[in-house]
Amino acid sequence: MTLLIGALTIGLILSLLALGVLISFRIFSFPDITPEGSITLGASIAAILLTNGVNPILATGAGFAGGMVSGAVTGILHTRFKINGLLAGILVMTALYSVNLHVMGKSNVPLLSETTLVNYSEQAVEKILPGAVSLTVLGWEISLRDASTLISTMLLILLSGWILFLFFRTNLGTAMRATGDNQQMMRALGVNVNQMIVLGLALSNGLIGLAGALLAQYQGFADVQMGIGMVVLGLAAVILGEALVGTDRLGLTIAGTVIGSILFRLLVAIALRWGLNPNDLKLITAIFVFAALILPQALKKIRRKSHA
Amino acid sequence: MLEIQAACKTFHARTPGEVRALQNVDFMLEESSFVIVIGTNGSGKSTLLNAVAGTFFLDSGTIRLAGQDVTAWPEYRRAKMIGRVFQNPFSGTAPNMSIAENLALAARRGRKRSLGWALRSSFFTSLRDRVRSLNMGLEDRLSNTIGTLSGGQRQALTLLMATLVKPGLLLLDEHTAALDPRSADQVIQISQDVISKERITTLMVTHSMHQAVNLGDRLIMMHRGKIIYDFRGAEKRRMRVDDLLARFREVRRKDQLDESAVEMLRRNYI
Repeated sequence: MTLLIGALTIGLILSLLALGVLISFRIFSFPDITPEGSITLGASIAAILLTNGVNPILATGAGFAGGMVSGAVTGILHTRFKINGLLAGILVMTALYSVNLHVMGKSNVPLLSETTLVNYSEQAVEKILPGAVSLTVLGWEISLRDASTLISTMLLILLSGWILFLFFRTNLGTAMRATGDNQQMMRALGVNVNQMIVLGLALSNGLIGLAGALLAQYQGFADVQMGIGMVVLGLAAVILGEALVGTDRLGLTIAGTVIGSILFRLLVAIALRWGLNPNDLKLITAIFVFAALILPQALKKIRRKSHA
Repeated sequence: MLEIQAACKTFHARTPGEVRALQNVDFMLEESSFVIVIGTNGSGKSTLLNAVAGTFFLDSGTIRLAGQDVTAWPEYRRAKMIGRVFQNPFSGTAPNMSIAENLALAARRGRKRSLGWALRSSFFTSLRDRVRSLNMGLEDRLSNTIGTLSGGQRQALTLLMATLVKPGLLLLDEHTAALDPRSADQVIQISQDVISKERITTLMVTHSMHQAVNLGDRLIMMHRGKIIYDFRGAEKRRMRVDDLLARFREVRRKDQLDESAVEMLRRNYI
């Protein structure tokens, strides 16, 4: 049960990562690799601020801001200096590795006794249910800490997804989506397309930095290596979400991405339970994304052949 | 309204594929006039339109729009004054967004885009009437994505988007060339209606001689990056398709004359 709760919570936290990837890869069709560094940046900023006794909400917000800055840098490299998008991301990601080491001062910052958002949520639930140590759900006993973390993460993700949905329906958000759809048209309608791309990548990596900040607090440490493979992980969630709900409606796409992230995490937890070697995890994730990318075309081909 | 002075533009300069698309073009466009641009392939007519829109910058020369020197303005800044419809029906609309969203984007052409709702219900209702005026039955499909529409419907919609906020200058770049004859007629009808009703200053490039004689109050003909004929008023009204074709033949004959003269000189002196 703890395993299940853990998978759910991490899946929810990483759905912010998936939403970020949704913005760069799907809305802007921009292959942004920055997340490999920006999620770690969000985590390291939050961790180092927390060890210095900063309020957890502020520290988490700072993680978001750090992610935004790194996304904006990638965007500026691409639009202002005309560097290929993939390369711009790689440059920023590589630079961020050193930046992250500098932020943390070492390669790993543990969060042991610091007050984090996890403590906050625990206190909040304790206020509502005074004296409880554990909850019983469907005959399973869950520690209060796990339950409160899960519930508050869920609320936070619902709120973030809802805000993102609302944002994409404003004039600015609509223009941002349309920029990904047809740049020529947006220039003709008076939109500074470059500015839109920078803003979009900032938003995308801001969400990813937020995911990093939350992840560090949940798992109790920030590590300079934690960003490896994150883009593919986010992409896997996005693809899974699209398979579940399609891509027609904005609200559904956002909800699908969150669900995709949770589902993917659950699948991973089950696979690990069945004895999958954890070392193979990234290989399997990559193969999953590869399969998801080629499957639609392969199916079409097979269908055409069977028709002929 | 529009004033072009000594505009020059060369593509692929100093390479074998050099194209001198605009050669010292001077052009004045008065407020509320509707000018048709025709010309041979590669004569520079689309280049002229794109230069005005700001798709690229001139090598030399100036462009003034409504009294302002916009020569160094980027495309998106000029868009405040310019409405455009492209030749390719896919260029003017965002395919994965709804008809209403596309129109909402157009409603803020050249204005700041902030955190106000893009689709307020009052705006949605007012859209319905504008879309109904296209006579394409799109008014009940405002929530459908553009991707489901035909080329003609897209061009009609792009035209509506370009004129939703009245533009100082409307640029139509062979906007019916990619359509079937019936849709082309429909789009031309809509163009004519909106241009005359709102007295929009318009510059329209076309390949169709038929459109060239029937539309507009002025006709310019381009060849090799220069404006070679400029018909206005009564002269424009008298123009028939045959007259235009005769002019084209004349241009072609002069070209051939040039080439054969060059050939003769080459044979005799080299």
